Amino acid sequence: MSAPLGVHQPGTSLLHRTTPGPKLVALLLFSVVVLMVHGPWSAVGFVAGTLVLATVAGLSARSVLAALRRFAVVAALLLAFNAWQNGWPRAIEVVGDLTALILAATVLTATTAVNDLLDTIVRALGPFRRLGVDPERVGLAFSLTLRALPGTLELAAETRDAARARGLERSLRARTTPLVLRVVARARDTGDALHARGIAD
Amino acid sequence: MIELVEAGVEGRLEPTSLRLAERRVAVIGSNGSGKSTLARLLNGLVEPTSGRVLVDGLDTRRDGREVRRRVGFVFTDPNAQLVMPTVAEDVELSLRKTHREKASRTAAALAVLERFGLADLAQRSVHALSGGQRQLLAIATVLATDPAVLVADEPTTLLDLANTRRVGEVLLGLEQQLVLVTHDLELAARCDRALVVHAGAIAFDGPAATAVDRYRTLVS
Ligand SMILES: Nc1ncnc2c1ncn2[C@@H]1O[C@H](COP(=O)(O)OP(=O)(O)OP(=O)(O)O)[C@@H](O)[C@H]1O
Ligand SMILES: [Mg+2]
Repeated sequence: MSAPLGVHQPGTSLLHRTTPGPKLVALLLFSVVVLMVHGPWSAVGFVAGTLVLATVAGLSARSVLAALRRFAVVAALLLAFNAWQNGWPRAIEVVGDLTALILAATVLTATTAVNDLLDTIVRALGPFRRLGVDPERVGLAFSLTLRALPGTLELAAETRDAARARGLERSLRARTTPLVLRVVARARDTGDALHARGIAD
Repeated sequence: MIELVEAGVEGRLEPTSLRLAERRVAVIGSNGSGKSTLARLLNGLVEPTSGRVLVDGLDTRRDGREVRRRVGFVFTDPNAQLVMPTVAEDVELSLRKTHREKASRTAAALAVLERFGLADLAQRSVHALSGGQRQLLAIATVLATDPAVLVADEPTTLLDLANTRRVGEVLLGLEQQLVLVTHDLELAARCDRALVVHAGAIAFDGPAATAVDRYRTLVS
């Protein structure tokens, strides 16, 4: 199974060779611009722009589609809801913006090794050490989040299948209770494992 | 050297005194008997509610961090333990403290992977590994920091026969001291000493083959 965010695809493209710092800053600026500029046309433009970026990064159409498919259900719901409540232009803007941000984040994680990202975050937060910020911890939390996303989607799919196998696909409880329990259990196990590896000390 | 001095955990393990000096120690017993509790006491993941646990004279409650540096721990499910996207990155995560320089860290990680026959998979996504490869990687990430003792809690329970053998060979062949919790009695019988845990207490402690026999009669 391919995971959407958080999988580094080694390569030699311009984006691969750029250091993580500029890419992180660019992602941040891009997010701000996407959220500030309104209108459906700009949203479509942002999506087109990120698709060009993905091509420059050498990502295959398949991996881009795989990343988007994970969010297809959410996107469809958002689109329908907004079209109904606020009309089509607004719906396209919301879903287009979201898609562009997901694509941009996918490009970042695909072209950047997480350890490099970690190093950059740790270095950037260095000056805040005096204020009680522990850069290693923040960096670790960041990479754990990247890793937890696909893991949680996986657990959700498994839980849904288990509910279906018991003929309980309509039961909200059968679909959510085990998922919540397993996400918490996995988080606890991961905490134990990090503790045992001496990483969180 | 691991030493339990009247160490107990309320409701899970009776006060127990032990000295573990053998190179390979197996821990066997029924579900819920207290094996994992005993294993987790050894690196301070669980702290004793009475008595003390000492590793090379260090108290797990007072010097937890130093103890965990000496005692590595491998879990049943490697998914909980592997936190980075790719194989090499997960090993590098273990090495962040000892190798500040990126280049030397990468080289050290590759050397570790080579030792476990995983070098070819260095750039592979952790998602794309088989269960056996994942468990070997989990063991590699723990041994990367060179602990003196390795505690493994049912490391082969999720594996098929071939991978059980492979992981078993790796573990039994380690130069580190090994404390192996397992339901695989064949593997247990190959250790130098075995403890049978039953209803929260050590029911037998001695040669591994005898321990396995004792466990069999205990269950029947
Ligand atoms: N976190 C916990 N809090 C309270 N009680 C616990 C906890 N974990 C386990 N126990 C209880 O302690 C006892 C011993 O559990 P332990 O996990 O050590 O057994 P085990 O021998 O490892 O079993 P298994 O073979 O199923 O892994 C059990 O009765 C269990 O219910
Ligand atoms: Mg157990």
